[in-house]
Amino acid sequence: MEDFLEIAGIKIKSRLITGSGKYRDESIIADVLKAAECDIVTVALRRVDFDNPQDNILKYIPKEKILLPNTSGARNSEEAIRIARLSREIGCGNWVKIEIIEDQKYLLPDNIETLKATEVLAKEGFIVLPYVYPDVALARKLINSGAAAVMPLGSPIGSNRGLKTLELIEILVEEIDAPVIVDAGIGKPSDAAHAMEIGCSAVLLNTAIASSDDPVKMARAFKLAVEAGRLAYLAGLGPVSKIAKPSSPLTGFLDQ
Amino acid sequence: MSFYDVIQKYKNFDFQKYLNSVTPQKIENILNKDKISQLDFLALLSPASDLYLEQMAQKAHIITKKNFGNVIFIFTPLYISDYCDNSCPYCSFARQHRITRNHLSLDKIKEEAEAIAQTGMRHILVLTGESRTVATVDYLTKAVSLLSGIFSFVAIEVYPMLEEEYSEMVKCGAEGLTIYQEVYNEKRYHELHRGGPKENYLFRLDAPQRGAKAQMRSVTVGCLLGLYEATSEVFFAALHAEYLQKSFPSLEISLAFPRLRPMVRNFPAYCEVSDREYVKFIVATRIFLPRCGITVSTREKKELRNSLARLGVTRMSAGVSTAVGGHKISFSSTPQFEIADTRTLEQMKNDLIAMGLQPVLHDWNTKYFATNFNK
Repeated sequence: MEDFLEIAGIKIKSRLITGSGKYRDESIIADVLKAAECDIVTVALRRVDFDNPQDNILKYIPKEKILLPNTSGARNSEEAIRIARLSREIGCGNWVKIEIIEDQKYLLPDNIETLKATEVLAKEGFIVLPYVYPDVALARKLINSGAAAVMPLGSPIGSNRGLKTLELIEILVEEIDAPVIVDAGIGKPSDAAHAMEIGCSAVLLNTAIASSDDPVKMARAFKLAVEAGRLAYLAGLGPVSKIAKPSSPLTGFLDQ
Repeated sequence: MSFYDVIQKYKNFDFQKYLNSVTPQKIENILNKDKISQLDFLALLSPASDLYLEQMAQKAHIITKKNFGNVIFIFTPLYISDYCDNSCPYCSFARQHRITRNHLSLDKIKEEAEAIAQTGMRHILVLTGESRTVATVDYLTKAVSLLSGIFSFVAIEVYPMLEEEYSEMVKCGAEGLTIYQEVYNEKRYHELHRGGPKENYLFRLDAPQRGAKAQMRSVTVGCLLGLYEATSEVFFAALHAEYLQKSFPSLEISLAFPRLRPMVRNFPAYCEVSDREYVKFIVATRIFLPRCGITVSTREKKELRNSLARLGVTRMSAGVSTAVGGHKISFSSTPQFEIADTRTLEQMKNDLIAMGLQPVLHDWNTKYFATNFNK
């Protein structure tokens, strides 16, 4: 049986979602996406120059990809809603990653404003993917408000620090009946594999690829890591025990 | 609460004694930390760190890449009026200097703006001399309204305003505020700013805070190097940025510490800041404030600017004229200071791309995105 990521009823092959920012040269994005074999790409609407279509980041993203516009730069729900509506209006589709940042130092999300924006945008028919702290009570409210997934942070955006919120993400995976997509903080392919091993549905990352010396090679590394992690999850990881199970037991003489 | 309270904490602090006490071992310990304190930052500005400049540069490069990727935000200044009520002896626009003055009408501003926009520039910084009676609040709101229809992001660098005046600017489409304290040392500030509204040290010091309260999206602060002892000036400028970052978490903060440039009258600098020292200030600031924007203007030479683009600088101007009407109209106007990097936007873009950096020409769009923009 084929294994798909399913968001809002749409079946998606790749469980790796990448971004399009921070690259030294945007023309490399198409090669990165090819190496990553990803189907969903997030784009910061703030970087799209509506008045200048020929000099536009969107031209580097192949048409067949699902565009996940994000609301980077929004400081509150009103700005996020405004950006999302504009995104749909200019033909960027009805997917949106809500990113509301009230803190420019650590770029941590504002869960309350994110919930407000989710309630409005989901009602308007958007496929809403909110970027949040891994808070299970909030995640339930988001899903009940129509979010198509929850996207908890592993650690602050761009920090490459890995899954610092691991135990809280594990609770989300256990409790939330919707895709849990780790977004932010994944610095190494092993972090991505780890997120997939614990049952996350997908990972979203950008900095680790964009700021690598060889983004195309790094994209492939993440693709393989995500696949490996997913396979390990599906196969069922062996139990982890802190008690040694020696191959030559000290009490073995009793059975002789 | 004001940043003045932070300055007061260091009132009796003996900077020289502390700077002389810093050992190489202390610098090594600081460079091994993820987060550094205010005094750690000051230690990085001390002579003891001279031997560690390369290590500091490497660390600054990694921090910048992690936080900002490979991008440089590009903007250009637009001077619309050079009348000034102040008498800063280091500035060509000072009221005592007998220069031909110019003040652009809205039609002329439009002409200049369109000439700039044709080059592909999308971020504009509107500048004036500091005369409330000539470049009135009403004039500036109209100018900002006009420019926000042409550019995607408008910032202002004008005289310090009241919070409600900044709110008016924001409503008309200004989302960035640049205001330099010039000199943080209060005594030296008063020596240099005798006569004119700029005499009021505190009103200027609190201007960025008033702008932030008025919902400006980004604020740039800084000092002008060469007016006073550079180490403590850079220290306080960075602490000012840190204070604003803590007080207004959603604000995008940037810092700049331009060096004095030749102007209409020769002004004797208090001290010279060498390239080596300047680079040290930039990299130490990046280590202290990983998420803070750092601007380097065309007061610096092309070669140095290119090198700094990898060491912590995230914002650069291009296609610059520091004279009123300098883009299209070409009055016989006097530049505020001589620029050292005369590259056009196109040349700047090409140079950055060749260095493996992405020039960002569009990073926000006020007219589409901002909820507090009344247009």
